[in-house]
Amino acid sequence: MFRNQYDTDVTTWSPAGRLFQVEYAMEAVKQGSAAIGLRSKTHVVLASINKANSELSSHQKKIFKADDHIGIAIAGLTADGRVLSRYLRSECINYSFTYESPLPVGRLVVQLADKAQVCTQRSWKRPYGVGLLVAGLDESGAHLYYNCPSGNYFEYQAFAIGSRSQAAKTYLERKYETFMSSSREELIKHALFAIKETLQGEKLTSSICTVAVVAVDEPFHVIDQNAITELVESFEIQEETAEATAPAGDMQEDQGQQIAPMDI
Amino acid sequence: MNYFEGLEGTVSSESDSQRTLTPYVTGTSVIGIKYKDGILMTADMGGSYGSTLRYKGVERMKPVGKHSIIGASGEISDFQEIMRYLDELIIHDNMWDDGNSLGPKEIHNYLTRVMYNRRNKFDPLWNTLVLGGIKNGQKYLGMVSSIGVHFEDDHIATGFGNHLARPILRDEWKEDMSFEDAVKLLEKCMLVLLYRDRSAINKLQITKITEEGATVYQPYALKTHWGFTAFKNPANGGAEGSW
Repeated sequence: MFRNQYDTDVTTWSPAGRLFQVEYAMEAVKQGSAAIGLRSKTHVVLASINKANSELSSHQKKIFKADDHIGIAIAGLTADGRVLSRYLRSECINYSFTYESPLPVGRLVVQLADKAQVCTQRSWKRPYGVGLLVAGLDESGAHLYYNCPSGNYFEYQAFAIGSRSQAAKTYLERKYETFMSSSREELIKHALFAIKETLQGEKLTSSICTVAVVAVDEPFHVIDQNAITELVESFEIQEETAEATAPAGDMQEDQGQQIAPMDI
Repeated sequence: MNYFEGLEGTVSSESDSQRTLTPYVTGTSVIGIKYKDGILMTADMGGSYGSTLRYKGVERMKPVGKHSIIGASGEISDFQEIMRYLDELIIHDNMWDDGNSLGPKEIHNYLTRVMYNRRNKFDPLWNTLVLGGIKNGQKYLGMVSSIGVHFEDDHIATGFGNHLARPILRDEWKEDMSFEDAVKLLEKCMLVLLYRDRSAINKLQITKITEEGATVYQPYALKTHWGFTAFKNPANGGAEGSW
């Protein structure tokens, strides 16, 4: 990106009113492999691309269960993501133990955001370099949130983060109006299609992606690889009959340097 | 005045910690039942100082948040402290301002944790608490003791109520009683307690919680009957002594 004299410390403002360290942390999210989330009234689905360092190594785990009713997908520094998921699990279980009741997702997300904010205002800390898609259910319904390294959080109908996520976002923007009333299977199919967009022509197999779902009658869990393979095959055939031009993914994520990219 | 005058007699060292050894001002039974629209709870307004019926205006039941009511028997000052904990809990819950709110189940479990933790420190809160409420149509009624024993049921009684009211409730409580029937049932239990529990006084309150909210009714007295010949005139009537 760019270097300047205001980006050494997270506690240094630039004259334009920007915290460069925080923005650099958000860049780290964009470099991670893609993760997407979408929700209906009753279900929330998370999906992620399993990137492995080499053919010999296993891929990094990017989807974590925080509680029966909450799960997260991460993009960015996976080590930071693991630490945060440990924090989320701890908060969930402490609340459960004290109140015998599941922690409302909205509150967990605020706690997480406040934790991230602390790291943007201490000179001896650095921001977490990971973006989290938090999927959860509570009394008020199904929710999907995105937590930023900046300490901001937003609720979404559907969202994508990580590298080549713009392609997935374009797909989701086209289809999101139908999500609220979608069935579980439709949601998962949309998730797989969105993930496919980020692959840029690479073949979508069950080994390259992980899909997880949570619902009122379904605790958060990762869907079995075989089930994914079946789904992929079922719509691969449909897709061959339909037109199959992959939309040109926007690779220029470095654009937008001139405007403070606090909101994605 | 010597600043340390009052402290002369006390020795504060790490080994000697302050803890509740005996209760001083106590309340007697609390009874709670589920009925059609929610929960009904009743307790008298007595605060006994040992065997003296010292205070006669003690409110032993209070609303908690939007969905629950709590009733306490045992040490009144400990109940007041519990109310402070609960007020703080509810304030923080409201401060989230996010549409979520703590229901009776959550508060019952919170209290269980508090009571059990104090018991583990050998510094119990000398109360038996009855927690009732209704949220999203789900009725909830439970109890926690000073040692952390907790459970839920359709009808709850503490203190003497355990022995005198519970058999009546077991026999006569039904699902979805009307308000009038439920009050009659509670009054029947309270009457037995009034006759037989020496710490009971004839000034009782009823508290109700429904989806609309909590209502603490004005105190009133029950009608008692003492006109038995054996009681009026034991010497000539028909009593061979008082039993």
